[in-house]
Amino acid sequence: MRIDLEPRPARTLALDIGAPIVALVAAIIFGGIVIWLLGKSPTLAFEVYFINPLLEGWSLQELAVKACPLVLIAVGLSFCYRANLWNIGAEGQFITGGLLGGWLGILTHNEAYQGLIGGWWILPSMLVLGAIGGALYALIPALLRVWLGASEILTSLMLVYVAELGLDWLVRGPFKDPEGFNFPQSVVFDDIARLPFLAEGERLHAGVLLALIAALIAAFVFARSLFGFEVRLIGEAPRAARFAGFDDRKLTLTVFVISGALAGLAGICEVAGQIGQLTPKISPGYGFTAIIVAFLGRLSPVGILVAALVLALTYIGGEAAQVELSLPSDMTRAFQGILLMCVLVADIATRYRIRLRLGAAA
Amino acid sequence: MKKTAFKLVLLSAVAIAAASASFAAEKLKVGFVYVGPVGDFGYSYQHDQGRIAMQKALGDKVETTFLENVPETDSERSIEQLARSGHKLIFTTSFGFMEPTLRVAKKFPGVKFEHATGYKRAGNVSTYTAKFHEGRYVIGQIAGKMTKTNTLGYVASFPIPEVVAGINAFILGAQSVNPDVKVKIVWANTWFDPGKEADAAKALLAQGADIITQHTDSAAPLQEAEKAGKFGFGQASDQARFAPKAQLTAIVDNWSTYYIERTKAVLDGTWKSTDTFGGMDADMVHLAPFANMPDDVKKMAEETAAAIKAKKLNPFKCPILDQDGKAVECKDGKALSDAQITSMNWYVKGVDDKLPK
Repeated sequence: MRIDLEPRPARTLALDIGAPIVALVAAIIFGGIVIWLLGKSPTLAFEVYFINPLLEGWSLQELAVKACPLVLIAVGLSFCYRANLWNIGAEGQFITGGLLGGWLGILTHNEAYQGLIGGWWILPSMLVLGAIGGALYALIPALLRVWLGASEILTSLMLVYVAELGLDWLVRGPFKDPEGFNFPQSVVFDDIARLPFLAEGERLHAGVLLALIAALIAAFVFARSLFGFEVRLIGEAPRAARFAGFDDRKLTLTVFVISGALAGLAGICEVAGQIGQLTPKISPGYGFTAIIVAFLGRLSPVGILVAALVLALTYIGGEAAQVELSLPSDMTRAFQGILLMCVLVADIATRYRIRLRLGAAA
Repeated sequence: MKKTAFKLVLLSAVAIAAASASFAAEKLKVGFVYVGPVGDFGYSYQHDQGRIAMQKALGDKVETTFLENVPETDSERSIEQLARSGHKLIFTTSFGFMEPTLRVAKKFPGVKFEHATGYKRAGNVSTYTAKFHEGRYVIGQIAGKMTKTNTLGYVASFPIPEVVAGINAFILGAQSVNPDVKVKIVWANTWFDPGKEADAAKALLAQGADIITQHTDSAAPLQEAEKAGKFGFGQASDQARFAPKAQLTAIVDNWSTYYIERTKAVLDGTWKSTDTFGGMDADMVHLAPFANMPDDVKKMAEETAAAIKAKKLNPFKCPILDQDGKAVECKDGKALSDAQITSMNWYVKGVDDKLPK
């Protein structure tokens, strides 16, 4: 017996929209079975996981805060992935962005350099530095690919570890808080070097707006601009693109710079937003989770917004489930895995017909 | 008359219902935030044992909740979630939770916070840690006696004061019984990563170490010692079940007493922001049963432990020489002060390593 995948002749809009919803429902059913096997009520878990976080103002804010770095990074990655370039190193670009921007935060600590003109320039400069840090770091695998033909998958991934170790060394060395008893962390930035919160005493910071703007601009670029078309053409038909006179080397560099800049911006938004200092670890793996988000959102900026919020919901719901139902934290990760599996299967099912051929050789 | 009686009955029924409702509502909700999984059988596990013991001791007066595997940089939301869901006392048990704890505490002045191993406090934030170095002095003596190669291996996590103080106490203990002993240190740069920890232990064994000590949380280094037919010490928790032939003893973090005491203080309304640095005398640190060693070593270890417990022996008693052989100023008269220990960033004489700066 053999299983064949035959491409469907045409994809319908109904299938495209329906498939992720079916996948979500299937994931909830599978998750429910696991929860039931753990001896907890699946309906209660569903309520705690998916409904309650959507009913309260503070958890809605937390959703946006958690989704913010994922959206920024995933939108950047969608440029690369549409062009069939595989930037796996967003985590490293996130870190170098946070590092370069955070460096200014450390320099200006305790009102240093703020004497004559005040500190208004610090935060915008930090954001710019963050984007530059990420962009320059992303340029390394792009240049290696253009010049030497090195696989960007490998080089960008390996550079993640370089960035992690670099950050680790800096916060234990030159960036260490001199009054911090040798603990590996920098000083806490001045308030003026922190992203402002959108309301007093709340957690929603201005980075969320940046993420929204980035997604909107990207949506516009993909839908309306020649550049967006170029990216897609080079991804889908590189030969045709060359005949049309597009320069794929230049494009490689451009999409990596965009992707890196957005990841770096996400990094400095985390550092200047909710962390407020440099520590040995500034990302719980956002750069990698964003790859999942980019694909869940089918590389479309609006899809990415939705996907990031769904993933953020699994984190926050998962914590609520720990608090209220004493479900283990592993359940959150298991559920994320189930969800991804269901979406991928649904994706295959919308693109291909599955045929079983009895009697055929495997 | 009848009506009044009826009203009275009704009223008292309401009163009783209200009283019992408020009694039920008075159940104190206590939250715990762990950096690792409760199944690490080391640091986070031991905090969770403290939680369970506290729950048992205070019974239906308290209700406890924990969040495990909380990443330090993303912990503010998790801590806030506990504060929002009605927890009135929250223990955050890793150093990296310090700034997030302080920020949430500012937002929830009515909630009490307890942060382990940090140094920043506030009106509603206490800090607590234990004098683990007291235990390390005892195991240093055991190691100094047990070694045949005069080379001890030390798997260290991060060069923060707690770990540096541990190394120093261990060496001082070893030197007190064996002046020729040397200690080799490998920085694993992790608290919990069994693979890396095992590699560090293997490297030390290959360099001739025959006793493995660790300041990382998994049982992996101890298991490597067992495989090699050498000896080691359990970390944070009694890990004898992972290495029955290799574990000489273990430094056990015992948070139960502290958690019971602090929760009681909140129940009684006597809770105040404090800084606790308890040792073997307060039973915050104790040693697992001595095993796999000759009787004379066991006797020596028991005596040393008893002396520390009775405060007759201070591992950091003066004179203490630093790596260059210079005497260190003793701010507590006869010994180093607590402040000197909790900010330690220098090695004592005889450490064959450079402190990562």
